[in-house]
Amino acid sequence: MSKDIEMGIIKADKLVHEFIRRDEEGNVESITTALDQVDLDVKEGQFIAILGHNGSGKSTLAKHINALLSPTEGSLWVDGMDVQEEENVIPVRRTAGMVFQNPDNQIIASVVEEDVGFGPENIGVPTDEIWERVAHSLAAVGMTKYRKHSPNKLSGGQKQRVAIAGVVAMEPKCIVFDEPTAMLDPNGRKEVISTAHELNRKKGVTILLITHYMEEVVDADYIYVMEKGQIVMQGTPREIFSRVEELKEHRLDVPQVTLVADELRKTGLDIPAGILTREELVDAIMRLR
Amino acid sequence: MSIILDKVNYCYSEGTAYQIQALKDINLEILDGQFIGIIGHTGSGKSTLTQLLNGLLKATSGNIYVDGKDIYDEDYNMRDLRNKVGLVFQYPDHQLFETTNFEDVCFGPKNQGLDRKEIELRAFEALRNVGFPEELYYQPPFDLSGGQKRRVAIAGVLAMKPDVLILDEPTAGLDPAGRDEILGLVARMHKELGITIILVSHSMEDVAKYVDRLIVMNQGEVMYDGAPKEVFPHYKELEAVGLAAPQVTYLMHELKEKGLDVNVNATTVKEAAEDILHALQ
Repeated sequence: MSKDIEMGIIKADKLVHEFIRRDEEGNVESITTALDQVDLDVKEGQFIAILGHNGSGKSTLAKHINALLSPTEGSLWVDGMDVQEEENVIPVRRTAGMVFQNPDNQIIASVVEEDVGFGPENIGVPTDEIWERVAHSLAAVGMTKYRKHSPNKLSGGQKQRVAIAGVVAMEPKCIVFDEPTAMLDPNGRKEVISTAHELNRKKGVTILLITHYMEEVVDADYIYVMEKGQIVMQGTPREIFSRVEELKEHRLDVPQVTLVADELRKTGLDIPAGILTREELVDAIMRLR
Repeated sequence: MSIILDKVNYCYSEGTAYQIQALKDINLEILDGQFIGIIGHTGSGKSTLTQLLNGLLKATSGNIYVDGKDIYDEDYNMRDLRNKVGLVFQYPDHQLFETTNFEDVCFGPKNQGLDRKEIELRAFEALRNVGFPEELYYQPPFDLSGGQKRRVAIAGVLAMKPDVLILDEPTAGLDPAGRDEILGLVARMHKELGITIILVSHSMEDVAKYVDRLIVMNQGEVMYDGAPKEVFPHYKELEAVGLAAPQVTYLMHELKEKGLDVNVNATTVKEAAEDILHALQ
C-alpha cells in the first residue's frame, strides 16, 4: 500500500505483535500474541479512546504508534510513515508523543520550565524558539504560573500536566495517553482529561486515550474496545455504552449514570439506551413525571 | 483490636527549611471490625497516617494506643504491632520478589519466626482466602496479571494473620472487573475473617459501595468522619479540597432541584435506582 491522501494519521493494517520468550539456549519457550490482526484508522484531529482489561493489548498497541515496539506482522503507518522503516523511527516519534501513567517517571529536571524545554533542546531547536515553545506548552496545560517551581512540590495532576507540556513542546500532531490518570486523585483526573480535550479542540492535536475509567471517555469521538489483542467493539460512546452486558463480558464497565439508567430501563421505564451524562438522565426521568 | 490516636502530629524534615507538617492534631478511634475508607487529595496526609498506624513512621508528638497500650512506650514491642497491623502498599506488585508465588506469601510468616510447617499452612490458607488459582502457586510472580499480583501481595500480608489490614489504593491501574474482584475480596475478608479494614482510595464510587465509615483528610487534618451517607452530602466542600462525591450523588441533587422528591443521600447505583423508581410512582 502506498501513501495516499486518504490515509488517516494512524492506520493499522492487520497489525500483529508477538512476545517471544526464549530459554538460555535460545529455544522458544512461549509465544504470546499481544496484538492479533488489529485494523485501525484514526483521522487527524479525532479524540479516540481505547478500552480493554489489563493485558488486552492496549499498551502494546500504544507502543507501536510511538515506534517503541515494531510489528511482528502487518503494517502501521503514522502520518503516512511506515513505522518499520528504520529512517522513520525518529520522525514517527516526533509525530506521536506519549504520556505515561506515572508522572514521577517522566519528569527529569528540577525546574518545571527546564523539564518542558528538555525535549526541544534535545532535537536542536534554537534557544529562542525553545523558550517560545515552553511558554506556549505551559499555557496550553494551564501551568504557566508554576514555570519556575520545582516539580517535586506539585500535586499528581499538576506533575502530569507538566509531563504533557513536555510532550506538547515537541509539537506532535498526535498524543497517546497511556492510563494518564491511574495514579491521580479526582481533581487530578479532571485536570488531565480536560487538558487532553483542550489540546484536541484548540490545537487540533489527535488524541488517543487509554484508560480504565469509563467516565473519562464519554466525550470521545470514537471508542475501540480491545480483548486478547483484537478489537472486539468499536463505535461512538453512545453506541458502546448502550451495550452494558457485552462490556461486562470484556471485564469493563459503564459510567455510573449509564448504570442507573440501565437499572431503571430494566424495570420497564421508558428511558433511552446509551445515556451518558447526568443531564440526559435527568431529562429522561423528568419527562416521565 | 482498637487503635486510638491522641493529638498525633507528624512533621517531615523537622527543624530544617523543608519542614512540612503532614499531620496536625489527629484524634481518631478505630474500633475492632470496622471497614473504614480514607479519602483525600494527593498530599493530604493519608499515606503518612497509614504508616504511623503500622509503626513505619513515629509521630513527632502525640500518642497512639493499640489495645490500650502506648506503642511509643520503651518496653512496647514494635514487632508485635507490625504483626497485628498489616500494610499492603500501592502497586503491591512492586513488592513481589520471590521465585514463586507460594514462596512470596511465605516471606512474611517466615520473618515472624514461625516453623516451616506453620509457615506453609498459613501460606496455603492465605492463598485460598484470596481466591488464587492453585495451578499458579509454584509459578513465578512476574507473569501474573495486575489483579493476580495484587492477590498474591494481599495474601502475603494475610499470612501474617493481622487484626487490621491497611490497603493503600489497592485497585490503582486495575480494569473495572479487577477493581470489583479485589474490593469484593476485601469485603469478604472483612466479613468472614472479622479483620478490621482500612482502605485508602481515590475512587468515591468504591468507598461509597463498600465502607461503613469514611474519614476525609485535608491538609493533614481530619475534615469529615462519618458514614458515606453523612459525608457525601457535603459534596461542595469535598470539591473545594480536590475530591468529589459519587456520580449518583450529583444525579440525585439535580433531580431534586428539578422538583422530583428523591433522597439526596443515595450513594450507590442500586440505592439511586430504587429511590428514583419510588419517587416516580
